[in-house]
Amino acid sequence: MNAGNRNLGVLKTAGVVVACAFLFGFAMVPLYRVVCEHVLGIKLAPGAVDRSRVAGLVEDAGRTVRVQFVTGVNSKLPWSFTPELSSVEVHPGKLTEVWFDATNNGGEAIVGNAVPSIAPSEASAFFNKTECFCFTEQVLQAGESRRMPVRFYVDPQLPRAVRELTLSYTFYANEAATVRLSAEQHTKTGSPPPAAG
Amino acid sequence: MAAANPAIDHDAHDDHDHKPQGFLHRWLFTTNHKDIGTLYLVFSLLMFFVGGTMAMIIRAELFKPGMQLVQPEFFNEMTSMHALIMIFGAVMPAFVGLGNWMIPLMIGAPDMALPRMNNWSFWILPFAFFLLISEIWMPGGGPQGGWTMYPPLSLEGGTNVAFMIFAVHLMGISSIMGAINIIATILNMRAPGMDLLKMPVFVWSWLITAFLLIAVMPVLAGAVTMLLTDKFFGTSFFNAAGGGDPVMFQHIFWFFGHPEVYIMILPAFGIVSEIIPTFSRKPIFGYQAMVYAIASIAFLSFIVWAHHMFSVGMPLGGELYFMYATMLIAIPTGVKVFNWVSTMWGGSMTFETPMLFAIAFVILFTIGGFSGVMCAIVPADFQYQDTYFVVAHFHYVLVTGAVFAIMASTYYWLPKWCGNMYSERWGKIHFWSSVISVNVLFFPQHFLGLAGMPRRIPDYNVAFADFNMISSIGGFWFGASQLIFVGVVIHAVYFSKNRATTQVWEGAHGLEWTVPSPAPHHTFTVPPVIRDDALAHGDVTH
Repeated sequence: MNAGNRNLGVLKTAGVVVACAFLFGFAMVPLYRVVCEHVLGIKLAPGAVDRSRVAGLVEDAGRTVRVQFVTGVNSKLPWSFTPELSSVEVHPGKLTEVWFDATNNGGEAIVGNAVPSIAPSEASAFFNKTECFCFTEQVLQAGESRRMPVRFYVDPQLPRAVRELTLSYTFYANEAATVRLSAEQHTKTGSPPPAAG
Repeated sequence: MAAANPAIDHDAHDDHDHKPQGFLHRWLFTTNHKDIGTLYLVFSLLMFFVGGTMAMIIRAELFKPGMQLVQPEFFNEMTSMHALIMIFGAVMPAFVGLGNWMIPLMIGAPDMALPRMNNWSFWILPFAFFLLISEIWMPGGGPQGGWTMYPPLSLEGGTNVAFMIFAVHLMGISSIMGAINIIATILNMRAPGMDLLKMPVFVWSWLITAFLLIAVMPVLAGAVTMLLTDKFFGTSFFNAAGGGDPVMFQHIFWFFGHPEVYIMILPAFGIVSEIIPTFSRKPIFGYQAMVYAIASIAFLSFIVWAHHMFSVGMPLGGELYFMYATMLIAIPTGVKVFNWVSTMWGGSMTFETPMLFAIAFVILFTIGGFSGVMCAIVPADFQYQDTYFVVAHFHYVLVTGAVFAIMASTYYWLPKWCGNMYSERWGKIHFWSSVISVNVLFFPQHFLGLAGMPRRIPDYNVAFADFNMISSIGGFWFGASQLIFVGVVIHAVYFSKNRATTQVWEGAHGLEWTVPSPAPHHTFTVPPVIRDDALAHGDVTH
């Protein structure tokens, strides 16, 4: 084989390596979820737990875990959003209800979505919500306020080392849903919809 | 002088001269590895001064506490652009330029394996940096979120971010093509008798670096592509509102980023492994250990990335793993440092400018390595994260590491490139001025970081005032010292009357020292006959 062919061979092989490396960058997106959820035990999905699991819960009265609440609002959303209690002390296995307050300070109806996060991440798999405003879109009319409940329990299997958890929520504007809502409202009232954006 | 080697006789009459005539033909359409190497090196020097000017603006702003000269947005642009330009515009092209010039000469090849691609991979770079730097003059300005481009911050600005992303794409394409060319050259173009384990350590270091480049530059391209689609096409890879995760960007970025830092230091290891034996007049100590150490470092670089992000809230097991894996890198690196010292041990050492830079490299890079081990320690790293301690650490490994090695190599090989000796007196002045000022510049930053001064912030607590002023004075002094370097190079190329011999340095061994100085436009058109005693490392009995 002459040098030209050999160089072409290296070029082709290296091209395949480069293509695989590029795809690997994107493959890290699903890999990240798999590693987090199945290897490291970090729960990324914010969904509700099955209610049937709540029935069999045994409250561990001998142990107390402090759950703190942190709230934030993305800069593009003109809402205020606060927890009614900054923290509660709970026994693992006990279903607890806490309330959050959101107010739309803007002049338009806006749809928002809350994204939860648990710290430390090792505890995320042991913090279970049966009801949360973060499961659905929240629509607040201009100036409207709402009290929103969260019902949760801490799994008694929570590692002993964890004595304190932080539940953090960030509210984001759901721009697509807001545009849709605004279009619907204007169809009802008969006035032309404002320009999107 | 060349009569001893028939291959060189051939070169000598081949010399006059197949150089293309006319400026455009010579430089724009060139496929000659020496001309392309020169282009890379000149471009890199230009970018070194562009990035250096930005560093001067940063140090001027930080000269005193309070806002002095520039707006905070502009300051953030300067820190982000300084890093992008120095990494992708100065250090990496300099190494590619050195590889282009020296690899064919060191392995007895007539040129690079894919000369037209070589031309293309260089000429992409000016366009990439035009895109990047032109952002400064656009409404909205350049990137302000740091060279690491962490979302959501990096996407909070205007639409100019697309220019940065496309610039990074172009730089990546250029590096990948350069790397493929180097792999093909080293694997296919070695002269008969130049076995892989007889190659100079510099060639080895570049072979391994090239593999790192083709493995990780595409990952960076993927990461910035995801940023692009998140910003403009409504995807949510990193957007928490849409179910994405910004921490994932950090994982993808540093999967590229950690091998990248070795891309910027492995060729420097190779350079120093060439220079120290020459001026110690001894073969390199432990040639094979050096090669295996470089390969081990390259392997480990793929499995330690998360040590850049200990404070994101990783599980404890992850933190422990990344801590221990990172500390493991100190072992092959230690092997290299000990081998350089052992090479000098008992040697007939002389201290010409390249050797001075190489010795400074060994000492100061090791200091940077020590602070790196400190950063690897998880509980301590929470204090160092995002402080000037980290800034001091990576400037020790990049400025007194990579940049010093590039300067050492320039002094070492310049006589071979241009045929004239540089002024030893001014070279030494440049060295001493640089080595003192760079420590005045970066050493105090360790203490600033330990005391809690955050990086990438234009203002600071008055408690940090004195050390910042010292650091800024060192910065201006170091910046000015580099003008001496330019003067020495220009003098050597155009004005020096002191002709270099073929061997240039008394203790130099290796094929590059068997061609005349300056190296003719075409060399090794007939493969050289390799005499084992002419090889650099002298370890032919392995």
